[in-house]
Amino acid sequence: MARATQRSRFTHWLALGCLVTLLLTAASLLVGTSTIRASLDWLASPDAQSNTVLWQIRLPRAAGAWLAGALLGLGGALAQGLFRNPLAEPYLLGSASGAGLGVSLSLMAVEPLGSGGAGWGGLAWGGLAWGGQIGITGAAFIGACAAITLTVLLSRGVMQTASLLLAGIVVGFLLSAITSLLLLRSPDTWRAMQAFLLGSTGYLNWHSCALLALTFALCIVPALLLARGLEALALGEDTAQSLGVSLRVLRLTLLAVLSLATASTVGQVGIIGFVGLVAPHLVRETFSINQRQLLIAAPMCGGALLLAADLISRWAVRPAELPVGVVTACIGGTYLLLMLWRRARHS
Amino acid sequence: MIGREVSVRYGTRRVLERLSFEILAGAWTCLVGPNGCGKSTLLRALAGLIDLDQGSISLEGRLLADWSRRERARRIGWLAQTSSPADLTVSECVALGRFAHTGWLGAVQSADAAAIARALAATGASDWATRRLSTLSGGERQRVQLARVLAVEASVLLLDEPTTHLDPPHQEDICRLLRAQAQGCGATVVSAIHDLSLALMADRLLVLGPQGLVGHGTPEQALAGDWLSLAFGKSIKIIRSGAGYAWQPQLG
Repeated sequence: MARATQRSRFTHWLALGCLVTLLLTAASLLVGTSTIRASLDWLASPDAQSNTVLWQIRLPRAAGAWLAGALLGLGGALAQGLFRNPLAEPYLLGSASGAGLGVSLSLMAVEPLGSGGAGWGGLAWGGLAWGGQIGITGAAFIGACAAITLTVLLSRGVMQTASLLLAGIVVGFLLSAITSLLLLRSPDTWRAMQAFLLGSTGYLNWHSCALLALTFALCIVPALLLARGLEALALGEDTAQSLGVSLRVLRLTLLAVLSLATASTVGQVGIIGFVGLVAPHLVRETFSINQRQLLIAAPMCGGALLLAADLISRWAVRPAELPVGVVTACIGGTYLLLMLWRRARHS
Repeated sequence: MIGREVSVRYGTRRVLERLSFEILAGAWTCLVGPNGCGKSTLLRALAGLIDLDQGSISLEGRLLADWSRRERARRIGWLAQTSSPADLTVSECVALGRFAHTGWLGAVQSADAAAIARALAATGASDWATRRLSTLSGGERQRVQLARVLAVEASVLLLDEPTTHLDPPHQEDICRLLRAQAQGCGATVVSAIHDLSLALMADRLLVLGPQGLVGHGTPEQALAGDWLSLAFGKSIKIIRSGAGYAWQPQLG
């Protein structure tokens, strides 16, 4: 009976989440450098220009933002379950710093070539060459993966949670310091890096969406299959093992999923903070939920959050744009403060 | 379960040193001894949760290490000394006891549902099935964790301080339950309990001291040999009280 009620509430929550996502996507189609009236006219009487703006720029941007937010939400829920820490977030294994270093190296490598045009900070998006034809996305992905590998090596495997967290912090600081040192030598690269460090959904296209969608599919399936292992782990490592859970398999698989989710997201939209941290909390605060339901709801919440933040970043200072990472930090920070205040009042 | 020359060490510190013992099937054995003598370590070793430095432990005539993870989890139910306040409902927590039967997908069959219901009823936790663990008191949470262990329906129950956080009537209920599991269901029950009055209700005692095993036998044998005083390094006064025994603290 109670189980059925919980399932029914979850279904309603999902339906509401879908509705909010659809409304935000519709709003994303209307908001841009043109006025809303012009956007409505484009929808009413489409032409070649409007088709390009609406269906080749704004819609893939909205879809990509949702997918990136969903991956961050999933990463946050996995990190919090895996490390049994409500403050865990997807970047805690050093992936963001690794991606930052990868991108800065990539930009510095291409700087002497004098590339210009569209892309991060005015540098060409897909045409950057670093160690061949890797590009910024590839550099960020490789940097993130390398950082996570370094973290796992430093902690001598994945079995010691405290060592893993500590190694992640060390790797994060170390790689950030190297990035800062490199950027001090190259002010042009520093400017180009700003867009990456503050996050941007402005360069998303259908190709990025396909990549993010594929990553999401690759991540959500193993995450859902191992959800019960996370529930067992919540009771303690010894208890989980005594129940028959292989901690090594659980940790290795979920860390691989977490790494893939964060590396892909950082590669496409740069470093966007708070979404991965806040989305699982927002879901848990809304209603009572089990781990498998959380792994479905947190991505949906993360997607809607980033979509909303992207909308605000485009709306607030039209026709210019705010960096979306600044907006997510403001929304996420305010929410966490409110949560703290509410908890303090209850206690 | 049989242990031969069991030694366990944490880093350079040896916690158990060449301990040999036999735990009788279908009996309730209580581990007794001072803090830090290795009761919890021995329970973890029996559950296969730590690697032995030396020696071996066998279950049903087969080395513990030779059992697959799943087979072992179906045969051994384990209760930790402290449990994390997980964000689960009571029924979700108890259902995890069936993990070794249902697997990763957790498809609960009628046999699993019946085992969960029996475990909840046995620990008096049925009424809280829909409540979250975070809303329960320490004692209520302990009963839920015990229900999770009972839901495994294992032939061996290893319980580290099962009466922690419980009020005296519930401590008594849990001890009665452990005895019923052993005598009624034929389970092998091994528990570490600090309260000597409760520990002496067990069928057998395995008394550990700072130097290792002091003795292993019935409560009567333990009292006759004054094993408890030897283990704790001071005089322990036990008096007969009704059908059982009671520890009488010496404050003077």
